[in-house]
Amino acid sequence: MAFSAKIIQPLPLFTTRSDNKNINNLSSPFVGSTYKLRLPTPIISSSRPHFGSASVVAVKSEVIKDSKKPKSDASSNLLITKEEGLEVYEDMILGRAFEDMCAQMYYRGKMFGFVHLYNGQEAVSSGFIKLLKKEDSVVSTYRDHVHALSKGVPASQVMSELFGKTTGCCRGQGGSMHMFSKEHNVLGGFAFIGEGIPVATGAAFTSKYRREVLKEADCDHVTMAFFGDGTCNNGQFFECLNMAALWKLPIIFVVENNLWAIGMSHLRATSDPQIWKKGPAFGMPGVHVDGMDVLKVREVAKEAVGRARRGEGPTLIECETYRFRGHSLADPDELRDPAEKAHYAARDPITSLKKYMVENNLATEAELKAIEKKIDEVIEEAVEFAEESPAPSRSQLLENVFADPKGFGIGPDGKYRCEDPKFTEGTAQV
Amino acid sequence: MWGIIRQSAGNRGLSISKSQFRCLVQGARSYSSASKEMTVRDALNSALDEEMSADPKVFIMGEEVGEYQGAYKITKGLLDKYGPDRVIDTPITEAGFTGIAVGAAYHSLKPVVEFMTFNFSMQAIDHIINSAAKSNYMSAGQISVPIVFRGPNGAAAGVGAQHSQCYAAWFGACPGLKVLAPYSSEDARGLLKAAIRDPDPVVFLENELLYGESFPVSAEVLDSSFCLPIGKAKIEREGKDVTITTFSKMVGFALKAAEILEKEGISAEVINLRSIRPLDRATINSSVRKTNRLVTVEEGFPQHGVGAEICASVVEESFEYLDAPVERIAGADVCMPYAANLERLAVPQIEDIVRAAKRACYRSTSMAATG
Ligand SMILES: Cc1ncc(C[n+]2csc(CCOP(=O)(O)OP(=O)(O)O)c2C)c(N)n1
Ligand SMILES: [Mg+2]
Repeated sequence: MAFSAKIIQPLPLFTTRSDNKNINNLSSPFVGSTYKLRLPTPIISSSRPHFGSASVVAVKSEVIKDSKKPKSDASSNLLITKEEGLEVYEDMILGRAFEDMCAQMYYRGKMFGFVHLYNGQEAVSSGFIKLLKKEDSVVSTYRDHVHALSKGVPASQVMSELFGKTTGCCRGQGGSMHMFSKEHNVLGGFAFIGEGIPVATGAAFTSKYRREVLKEADCDHVTMAFFGDGTCNNGQFFECLNMAALWKLPIIFVVENNLWAIGMSHLRATSDPQIWKKGPAFGMPGVHVDGMDVLKVREVAKEAVGRARRGEGPTLIECETYRFRGHSLADPDELRDPAEKAHYAARDPITSLKKYMVENNLATEAELKAIEKKIDEVIEEAVEFAEESPAPSRSQLLENVFADPKGFGIGPDGKYRCEDPKFTEGTAQV
Repeated sequence: MWGIIRQSAGNRGLSISKSQFRCLVQGARSYSSASKEMTVRDALNSALDEEMSADPKVFIMGEEVGEYQGAYKITKGLLDKYGPDRVIDTPITEAGFTGIAVGAAYHSLKPVVEFMTFNFSMQAIDHIINSAAKSNYMSAGQISVPIVFRGPNGAAAGVGAQHSQCYAAWFGACPGLKVLAPYSSEDARGLLKAAIRDPDPVVFLENELLYGESFPVSAEVLDSSFCLPIGKAKIEREGKDVTITTFSKMVGFALKAAEILEKEGISAEVINLRSIRPLDRATINSSVRKTNRLVTVEEGFPQHGVGAEICASVVEESFEYLDAPVERIAGADVCMPYAANLERLAVPQIEDIVRAAKRACYRSTSMAATG
């Protein structure tokens, strides 16, 4: 009996090709509905028009790259336009600079608790989220600052939240692991593994419901759920792959496979480490992409967003990426092999994009420098803003527990009676 | 709290419930004369180590318990000593591995399941309640479940609403579970050993903020046969004017409050519950019968809390001894806020305990004490 065989890092590159034989077997009768598989006569009910056929594909980024010509600029062979490139570059720089500042502020005692930084994974957030509309939703984990930034939550509001100030995007109540913004459809940082996946699937369900039940014909909103490799061993992941495929929900499951779950290597935790393969198993496309290459990420993301918007159902995308820092700022990070770290550090997604842009004359060094300078200012301002913002007042403690707090310490004037010592029975006089 | 029905108060005596303790009762003896100090972390680690070495059926499973040496280093060194077959790193699948551990316990193995924090036990709640706690009953005693669920519980610092709450009252409400909450290193060692040796499911609620704290330990506590009885509270400090009941980290707060109160001429008796379920009603009630005043302290939510249960017990059994309304100190009735100033307001502070004790003793209190 050996439960934990030691496996040598770094993770060998994925070598398996997509298994076409298997997929062909699956595609025709299966079509995204296990329901049909079990019943001799398929139930075709008009209330379920979405149970049509969907081809089940399992692709890897190489496949996509070979089969697709870049759409952004048909006349050239470039993978991205200048404007898109600059937007993505700026977003990646913003993510990186913001997180570096967080580390500084954490060590200065300005933010507290668990702070999980995103350094190294920027190609995923920027590559996916920059394709979304404001109405589209993003659901994240505890490693959520950068997803919120990419979705458009101002850096000042995220920083202020981390400082625990009233001007934060959740008035200092949520903190690092719980970024929410209704305005930007950031539906949360979920701190528990797997939790965000069903909630995201619920958001996608809502889009479909609005379109089909509430007859809002133009509701083509899509949802992206971001989560890690370790999370793909949790049941909620599998449960939602099933329901999303079964009901053809407009969702993209984005796995940020950074090869580690705290100190647990992906290879020690997962019987078949190729996560993308689980897509076809549930009747949806499964894609593997180099998550350190924002251009490749964008390509597969575009395709998946298109599929979701057209009502053709979900996609599972595994992005192979790496975190450049420890799991959180409290993690001693002693288990990862320095050679592995160096391998991925050399593949920094920001450097790669910069190189691509400059080599293909999409941007000059000076233009990119200007972006970096602009972002430095944004971050400085965010810190100043957070620093100068007020801490929550005492009365805020009791607020927001309910949407309708009647009966919960509300005085005749409609305000919280925080002075009422019997209200909380706890810290007697709140 | 005065509205609680005095149900069956007549036939309820004060005697300790007669559950069989499998280890020698060391009870409320104090070991303060000890010379050696030990952290709670080392106390837990040594207890695990000794029980694993004594019984090959004991194994530990959970996230990061092996190669990472435990998220909070409680299992440090155990992988090296006992190997990956007995110190098992699991994927992040609480529902799955908790159920697997329960299944192993059905077949007389003795799993110790570590939850990285008890918050994550929520994903395994079905197996804790429905599989572990109920099997002995449903099978009419054919299948017992000797399992320990352990990990840090309660408010941590700066981690927000999802990572910061106390589950003592939640698990304390469930038949079939024994629920322990150690405070000192002596508690940690003695109770964890008792939990592992116990034939029933035990929920063992540690506190992250106590792991690094050192406490004096006697030679007796350090002996590998040392064990504490489940269901027995410890009187940490004797007093005659007011009884303060509490558990886990709040015991330290209550002891500090008692020192402050002493300077003001109030002699507080501090009861460290150690066991949430069974609850040592006998010790609580005999203390209240002596002091005639009660302050309950816990970090968890007030409604249906441990304090509420203690109030009920005292109202049922010692109503006529009470000279003042029971004072209940608990966490505020809100999710844990992130902002540091709000977080401080949401959990009980030493001043709150002092103020409540004075109120119970009809001493004037200053309303401005809370920051
Ligand atoms: C239910 C649950 N169990 C345990 C944890 C503790 N935990 C926090 S992050 C983490 C590792 C997650 O790894 P992965 O999914 O790969 O995401 P990454 O941190 O690498 O981005 C664990 C085990 C948790 N948050 N929730
Ligand atoms: Mg990971």
